[in-house]
Amino acid sequence: MTILYAILWFAGIALVLGAMLALASIVFEVKVDPKIPEITEVLPGANCGGCGFAGCSACAEAIVRGDAKVTACPVGGQAVADQIASIMGVEAGSVTRMRAQVMCSGTRDNARQKYIYEGPHDCAAAMRLGGGPKECPNGCIGFGTCELLCPQDAIHVENGVAVVRAEKCIGCGICVESCPKHIIKLIPFDAPVHVGCSSLDKGALTRTYCEVGCIGCKMCTKVCESGAITVNGAIASIDYEKCTHCGKCVEKCPRKIIVFEEGKAKIEESVIEEAKVEEPINEAPDAVTPTSEEPTPAVITEKVKTEEPDTPTAPDSAENQAEETTPDSQTAENP
Amino acid sequence: MEQLIDILLLMLSSVLVQNFIFAKFYGICPFLGVSDKPATAAGMGMAVTFVITLSSAATWAVYYYILEPFRLTFLKTIAFILIIAALVQLIEMFLKKFVPSLYQALGIYLPLITTNCAVLGSALLNIQNGYNFVYSVAVGFAAAIGFTMAILIFAGVRARLQFAQAPKSFQGMPLVLISAGLIAIAFSGFSGINF
Repeated sequence: MTILYAILWFAGIALVLGAMLALASIVFEVKVDPKIPEITEVLPGANCGGCGFAGCSACAEAIVRGDAKVTACPVGGQAVADQIASIMGVEAGSVTRMRAQVMCSGTRDNARQKYIYEGPHDCAAAMRLGGGPKECPNGCIGFGTCELLCPQDAIHVENGVAVVRAEKCIGCGICVESCPKHIIKLIPFDAPVHVGCSSLDKGALTRTYCEVGCIGCKMCTKVCESGAITVNGAIASIDYEKCTHCGKCVEKCPRKIIVFEEGKAKIEESVIEEAKVEEPINEAPDAVTPTSEEPTPAVITEKVKTEEPDTPTAPDSAENQAEETTPDSQTAENP
Repeated sequence: MEQLIDILLLMLSSVLVQNFIFAKFYGICPFLGVSDKPATAAGMGMAVTFVITLSSAATWAVYYYILEPFRLTFLKTIAFILIIAALVQLIEMFLKKFVPSLYQALGIYLPLITTNCAVLGSALLNIQNGYNFVYSVAVGFAAAIGFTMAILIFAGVRARLQFAQAPKSFQGMPLVLISAGLIAIAFSGFSGINF
């Protein structure tokens, strides 16, 4: 008798609860724009927050609402932007995939320390003690605040300097904001060359505390045929719109701080040799494409390069320019 | 009036002396899982408070109006799980429709609570202690507040632990468990208080 009651009552309870939920799903139904789940599906799903929204679904909602552009996702690049654009039924324009780069080469062997730090293992905390243990006021502190925050595990402190592994980096920019020294910059994903220094001090002073700091000698400016390198104050900066990846600055730099991205160097070197055989100035950008390692970004950037002259008013190219001019403006602020 | 004082004392006892996490060791999984950041810990605490309070009421009614009259009390565990699961689903749909901001704040934690033993434990304890309806809801709410307090305290501790340079063998979970144990010892100081 008990077992009958048990079966009957539990079936009854389950039925009532099921009916209640079924009813509730109709009564409390929230109409969602079908585009939102579609776009969420297309987005990378890392929820990194690089777009400025709380996560991928929040970004998708913003795109559908019209608060964000279809190119809002800095991680997905052109491929994702195209897919979102086709869902939204608009033109995507062009996107450059970016990656983070720590503009410092001052490893423990190269940069002098002014004291031994024994506080909390955090860059922001070390920063408050006289700007960190390194003597260089713009050198990487190397306690890995960026490493802790990176959603992709793409950045690691090696021998006192944070190093970004380009193949893992999604360009969300969280490390750029977290760095108390502001020495992490976003550069185009395909850019093989960067200036591995952020020192704003004069050359003679930089020389006293760092073996590899930029001294502002302007050798790179002279050797650069496309005029992509400028020296403001005592620090070289590369304009990636103009850079042809020729690598002459890398050879010429007496401090060896204009460097090829690790791992990509070999591929790029062969490209340089090819470029040298032909006309080095004009042919170089086209010759860069055969990067076997990362096929998609190469394709993306090729697209960008061909499209940009046609669409000079593309919103993203304006943003890129703004980003690349930041080192210059910083120099002006802190002489 | 006397009853009101009785309820308040019982609630205080549920928060501190009979704390779900540090005295009874219920809900350890969410306690360790989502105490990384104070913000997510607060979200989890809110969701647990919400669900425990409502499930205390629902399970009490089902126990005393269905299970007891038909001598099915030995099935209370199954019945309570069923009710809690359905209730969480219902609450989720309700919030999504009428309080989207709270729904966003609770996020993933709401469905996770379906299988939280703190919720089931609270419902079973109410029956075990023979509380009436008002007592059940009040004690359930207080116990959930105790859970929220514990998870928030621990999130604060863990935020500090992140910057500690622990030996390799202690990094991560071992250090977290040790600190949880130390806080539990501190909370055992309350056990001397009898209301």
